[in-house]
Amino acid sequence: MVEAAFAEAIAHAAAGAALDIEQVSHAFDIDGAELPVLSEVSIAVEPGELVALLGPSGCGKSTLLRLVAGLDKPKTGTLREDEVRIRSPHPSRVVVFQDPTLFPWRTVWDNVALGLEAQGILKSQRHRVDAALDLVGLSDFRTAYPHQLSGGMAQRVALARALVNDPKILILDEPLGKLDSLTRITMQAELVSLWQRKGFTTLLVTHDAEEALVLANRVIVFSERPARVKADIRVDRPYPRHRGDPYLADLRRQILGLLGLDATW
Amino acid sequence: MSTYSLSDGLASGAPRTSHAPWLATWVQESGAGVAASAAWIAFGLSCLWWEDVGDWSRTHSLGIAAFVIAAIALFGTVGADYLGPAGRALRQRAPWLIALGAFLTLWEVATAKFAWLPLPFFPPPQSIIEVYTDDLPKLLDSVFASVKLQLGGYLIGATIGFLTGVSIGWSRAVGYWVHPVLRFIGPLPATAWLPIAFFTFPSSWSASTFLIALATGFPVTVLTWSGVASVSTAYYDVARTLGAKPSFLVLKVAIPAALPHVFVGLFMGLGASFAVLVVAEMIGVKAGLGWYLQWAQGWAAYANMYAALIVMSLLCSGAITLLFAIRDRLLVWQKGTVKW
Ligand SMILES: Nc1ncnc2c1ncn2[C@@H]1O[C@H](COP(=O)(O)OP(=O)(O)O)[C@@H](O)[C@H]1O
Ligand SMILES: [Mg+2]
Repeated sequence: MVEAAFAEAIAHAAAGAALDIEQVSHAFDIDGAELPVLSEVSIAVEPGELVALLGPSGCGKSTLLRLVAGLDKPKTGTLREDEVRIRSPHPSRVVVFQDPTLFPWRTVWDNVALGLEAQGILKSQRHRVDAALDLVGLSDFRTAYPHQLSGGMAQRVALARALVNDPKILILDEPLGKLDSLTRITMQAELVSLWQRKGFTTLLVTHDAEEALVLANRVIVFSERPARVKADIRVDRPYPRHRGDPYLADLRRQILGLLGLDATW
Repeated sequence: MSTYSLSDGLASGAPRTSHAPWLATWVQESGAGVAASAAWIAFGLSCLWWEDVGDWSRTHSLGIAAFVIAAIALFGTVGADYLGPAGRALRQRAPWLIALGAFLTLWEVATAKFAWLPLPFFPPPQSIIEVYTDDLPKLLDSVFASVKLQLGGYLIGATIGFLTGVSIGWSRAVGYWVHPVLRFIGPLPATAWLPIAFFTFPSSWSASTFLIALATGFPVTVLTWSGVASVSTAYYDVARTLGAKPSFLVLKVAIPAALPHVFVGLFMGLGASFAVLVVAEMIGVKAGLGWYLQWAQGWAAYANMYAALIVMSLLCSGAITLLFAIRDRLLVWQKGTVKW
């Protein structure tokens, strides 16, 4: 049954898009004072890559994701999806935020249907909602309201709500940050398998170096605010990866060193 | 497993202290019903035992009715197990039936029988019943007029208030123009407009509709507005990344998210508009329950006033019950909403 759901979902899948972040700087005005948040960030993401973004808290990772989503415009620099300049949000680039931000007045099914409804194609595409719910294993909860879900289930609904649009770029802002460690590990595996099957380009912000190394084929480490790219590390390791892999452990030490934690870890 | 067998043993090994446990259960379940029945029998007897000090035509019927209610209370609660939900509901309300029976008995004795309370101002129960039977057409006309006026004004006010609130909350330009007007006019009690309204509007009915709409509109506007303004931007961000257009953001994000606030506004507006309705009917409109009250006062018909007050309170309470029922339907997704 799940296989059928996958086949159904894949039928609509578009492969990932290339993402070019070029010399992007951004700043916020706080009471007249300028707070620089991003400083000449350039990242070229290949189609289908899973790139993890790591950096100190408050350095500007979420801000960068909002720029990629098209929710805000950068002060300087350009962002392009498949050579097309990003100027506004588009369902080909979908964000899963740290909080699931499900609409509490909609059932699970209606939450997942949100994107198709907003684009006015829900009537003919209802099966995609069912397929997305199957994909995250929540078909039995289609009529539940968000307050009836656990944290992990809510986050899975948020993931389904993103995936139903067949994004070319999936933007994940610490999506597993608030989950317990067991749910987290399960969902990490689910994420990898989804990404492998569907082939979308993925940007994943995380504060957990181990999570970055288990999931990503590229890890970008940012400096303190204003964020600059401090290191761009390839992770050439097949999936599924082992947490105990000495190669990954070595990379982890390296990354924690870049984040200024070498002495303690 | 071990706790299961433990509690099992406790239950079966516990010594029975009561000699007749069925009696205890019976008293617990039906005692209140029997007492309620006794209270209503007392009420019936109080009606029939003594002579009335005044001239009321429904004393006898009221006494009979009290006995009928006493019988229903008795058989309904004792036989509740055979009556399903109705029986259970009756059992649950038995303590209230006791209180009501006792209160009516006291009322009857203190007014109709011994006139402990000064008579024209404190009419006995039977004189109120008399109003309902003998003055029914006029009372019904009044109810109809009140409901019509209230419903029209309230719907107009609620609709305009809702639309205004959404517009202010959504559009800066609308807010710029409407907000100061709202601040200036809104807090003024709608009844302050009464003298002006009654000579500027073509009819007293349209003037009252306007005033009721005004009283309703202000709280609905303010609360809808604050509801729309307080919608988390995260919801808009989610919807926008999923391809939502501005109309979708208003209709499918802002309004549903603001709905709990809107209902608070509708509730407050309902209360405010009741007040305006009664005053408008007393002063200008020659129909409706407010007018009936005024008319009854003019004739010193105190029983009619109490009768009209009871009807009015049932109507107001019914309106609020209806509003809460609609809210509960629309806001099933909320947990822990207040039960009216
Ligand atoms: N809308 C905003 N207005 C003003 N300052 C903001 C805004 N959003 C984020 N910031 C500031 O920008 C900095 C980076 O924030 P963010 O991108 O959320 O960091 P993180 O890397 O933890 O995701 C923080 O100091 C934050 O206070
Ligand atoms: Mg963040």
